[in-house]
Amino acid sequence: MSAAATTENKPAAPAIEKIKVKVDGREIEVPRLIADWSGKLTPTTMIQACELAKTEVPHYCWHPKLPVVGNCRMCLVEFGTPALGPDRKPVLNPDGTPKIAKSPRPAISCATPVSPGMEIYTKTPAVKQMREGVLESLLINHPLDCPICDQAGECKLQEYSVDYGQSASRFVEAKVHKPKAVDLGPRIMLDAERCILCTRCIRFTRDIAGDDALGIINRGSYNTIATFPGAPFDNNYTLNTVDVCPVGALTSKDFRFQMRAWFLKETKSVCTSCATGCNILIGSREEKIYRYTPRDNDAVNASWMCDAGRLNYKWIGRADRLQDVWVRGQKSSWPAAIRELADKLKQAPAGSVAIIASARQTNEELWLLAKLKARLGALSDAIPREGESDKLLVSADRNPNTNGARLTGICFTEMGINLVKIADGIASGKIKTLIVFGENIVKRAVAHDKLRERETISEVVDEHGITAELLGKLDALIVSDILPNETTRLAHFVLPGAAPAEKRGTFTSGKGRVQKFMKAVEAPGVARAEWEFLQELVHHVTGQNNGLTVESLFNQMAREVAAFNGLTWQALGDTGVTVQI
Amino acid sequence: MAQEYKLILKHADEPGYTPDMECYLRHGGYQALKKALALPVKDLPDGKKLSGPEQIREDVKVSGLRGRGGAGFSCGLKWSFVDRKSGKPIYLICNADESEPGTFKDRQIIHKDPHQLIEGMIISCFANDVKLAYIYIRGEMPEGARILNQALKEARAKNFLGKNILGTGYDLEMHVHRGAGAYICGEETGLIESLEGKRPYPRIKPPYFPAILGLWMCPTIVNNVETLCNVKHIVTLSGAEFAKLGTPNNTGTRIVSLSGQVKRPGYYEIEVGKATLGELINDPKFGGGLREGRRLKAIIPGGSSSKVLKAGEKFKLKKKDAEGKEILVETDVLDLPYDFDSLAQAGTMSGSSAIIVMDDSVDIVGALANLSEFYAHESCGQCTPCREGSLWMNRTLQRLTHGEGRRQDADYLGKIADNIPGGRTICAFGEACSWPVQSFLAKFKDEFVAKGAADEARRAQSISGAAAGTSVAPVAPH
Repeated sequence: MSAAATTENKPAAPAIEKIKVKVDGREIEVPRLIADWSGKLTPTTMIQACELAKTEVPHYCWHPKLPVVGNCRMCLVEFGTPALGPDRKPVLNPDGTPKIAKSPRPAISCATPVSPGMEIYTKTPAVKQMREGVLESLLINHPLDCPICDQAGECKLQEYSVDYGQSASRFVEAKVHKPKAVDLGPRIMLDAERCILCTRCIRFTRDIAGDDALGIINRGSYNTIATFPGAPFDNNYTLNTVDVCPVGALTSKDFRFQMRAWFLKETKSVCTSCATGCNILIGSREEKIYRYTPRDNDAVNASWMCDAGRLNYKWIGRADRLQDVWVRGQKSSWPAAIRELADKLKQAPAGSVAIIASARQTNEELWLLAKLKARLGALSDAIPREGESDKLLVSADRNPNTNGARLTGICFTEMGINLVKIADGIASGKIKTLIVFGENIVKRAVAHDKLRERETISEVVDEHGITAELLGKLDALIVSDILPNETTRLAHFVLPGAAPAEKRGTFTSGKGRVQKFMKAVEAPGVARAEWEFLQELVHHVTGQNNGLTVESLFNQMAREVAAFNGLTWQALGDTGVTVQI
Repeated sequence: MAQEYKLILKHADEPGYTPDMECYLRHGGYQALKKALALPVKDLPDGKKLSGPEQIREDVKVSGLRGRGGAGFSCGLKWSFVDRKSGKPIYLICNADESEPGTFKDRQIIHKDPHQLIEGMIISCFANDVKLAYIYIRGEMPEGARILNQALKEARAKNFLGKNILGTGYDLEMHVHRGAGAYICGEETGLIESLEGKRPYPRIKPPYFPAILGLWMCPTIVNNVETLCNVKHIVTLSGAEFAKLGTPNNTGTRIVSLSGQVKRPGYYEIEVGKATLGELINDPKFGGGLREGRRLKAIIPGGSSSKVLKAGEKFKLKKKDAEGKEILVETDVLDLPYDFDSLAQAGTMSGSSAIIVMDDSVDIVGALANLSEFYAHESCGQCTPCREGSLWMNRTLQRLTHGEGRRQDADYLGKIADNIPGGRTICAFGEACSWPVQSFLAKFKDEFVAKGAADEARRAQSISGAAAGTSVAPVAPH
């Protein structure tokens, strides 16, 4: 037996036993144990079995990533188990099938484990009646203010009312009034009257974010979600409570009253604020981004993202975006600029060009730059960007694609060590041409790890010697960026690029997850995705045609870059593939 | 003829009996504990050996003792569910959160004979290998908490508590924990949450059965005050002797809290099932009958959560005839033996053994509105049907009692109540708040309809009167 085969035959984790249950008369095999919210294997519950059977069980308080509390009672179902005779043996029907003893009481499917032979009934008149009863209870004191509620359109109260509710109300009493527009913290607003007290927000911040900041005050129907007096709800994950809130009780101050949810186009993307690469949905309408929300990916971010990353989108719509191609202070056009640049680079002596890329660029763009580097014999590097990490999602590496820069050969394992050599090369006159992508190398500012939304993506963290004075010695400073800055003002060639939300591509996360993202909005003016004009430039300079689409570029890259071997754009799927880094 | 039978309250009301240690010891106190601690290992015919604690557990099973808190569940069975193999400590909690309206029995024990409770608890702890026990006492009973703390101090001084109790090597510590004033803390899992310092939200079962995942997620026994006192008497008498008290499957004694419109309200200890509801209400030894000129209207037989009984109601009770054959005997409500099983057969329960008597002067709608207000105030609000339903029912009833009723309110109220019980809620509070409404409506519906109809008629008259220019006080719109 070969060594490889032996490795493959290593004893795997013991297989989880399967048990047979019936959901509404359909038999289905489910694992006896299933991972709970914390990843621990626990007995499979009815709601999980129903999910596997593709049977919807409506629920409010249950969330696959949060501890089970069973308080909303929306998931009540009826069930039966095989009847046992006095001898503890199953009683059989005349036809030989096991006789089912139907439980006289319903059970909450979120907390009741399944057992072999169990039958779950989700569509009986009693279940229908219980759902109607729960919905009625939830709605009697609800303000029914859907027309002015931000949750409208993505509200579980609305959805389940249509699916399982009653058309008319018989409630004639005065409604309970509770606080409205409560400022829970810097990013969260509470409308206690809309709240259905499912406690998802409490459990999220206590059990996931580790900040036991929310609780319930008062009693009975007057129960209200609240913070401790004088302690605002302020951690880096508060906005996830808006996502888990099934109704319009918790709203994001940023998104409040900005756009109706049903007008938003949702685009699958990846957060670029750090190396974690949280999967997100970009909500946009008419080329304007309104919000980021986390997208489920158990290999990366589960269902969460940090507040800083979530709010880091406003710079994309800034009015001062670079929208034109500039050549030596004159507006130019892409064909003219690319032609001139290609001629210039083709004639450049080996070693006279250096490249400073950005680890915020995509794998494809970095790979194209690496091709230029190889052709020109150029020194290259990228700019590291460090902050503080936390226990949940935020990585100390604030570049989304450090591993992409490493794997494509733009930088060494330790990013930034070539910057000194590049500075020396410019100072000695050896380097005449500098290509800079997406980094304001002149600026040495730090501080972008605050919770506040950041105004720019071009902030350099590490100090280095490439000053404005030094840049003045260059024959040609070629800069591509998104926002204007000191470096773009010094540049001979300015190539306006696109924000990640304005293009397609892939990033390689800190843990080696290669993830693709889609285009949500158009770039302003003539700004273009960097990979588009880079592949033209590479074509002109090296004669290689690597393809005209991001798919073909990725697939070609996967063939050439060892770490990406075997990957295809299509195989990445929505949630990416992990590679060896 | 029905008699009082004083087992738990044997000494409590004797003149000169005080709640201190010396008095308790003079009356034979802590002898049962000494007997329990000294039980030798028993050899069984099959060669197995039964330790002292195992013998006590077995004896509690034999005694047929049923929980005195409300559910009437077998104490021996409850103890047998305790997970003794988890390796975790086992806790015992005395539920002294007596707050069921109408109930005032546990406080008699706590105030007058606290050492009896403590002795019963120490024996129960010893029987269940418990090293740490709590008395969770209702917040509104500060005097009881003070007395218990004093008694615990005395017990520690005598080495009935603490390390190496009476030289046996058994260690036990016990603490009094005061609630903060919530009825729901009497629900055992709500109590446990409260004891852990949290909001007393009852836990979902499964998975949080106290016998497996109780206090601090460890196996836990929660017993009522009176139940734990009985354990002492089971050890003194033996389980078999104890079982001779009361009636089969309803053994021992119960302290009945009798309130409402009787001449002699108070607490009476009886052998379970040896007195009827009628005797308890009318016998001069007990309630002594209703006030002059009044007729019985309704009885709430087991604390405010139990379903109401109507005067003159008849029930078919299962009884055994002379040959041991089971027969159904028609029984008037007043002839119902006051025990667990007869009241269950009458569709209600003996609950916390608190009888509330209502005569014909009572406005039944008002009485229910009063009960309903209590439940709306006490619902913890954790799960939807009870949180919203308890207040909805109360608002409807308040409307009915404030002259704003409607003819259809009886049906309306019934439908609200029907959406709460039957396993739809996390704990039994759902049943507790809806059973009174359901049973009052089932038995006195005409009074609800009449009230609504009268309100409608008055409003109609007010409108037509206003149209005719006469002045009739308008009814405020709801």
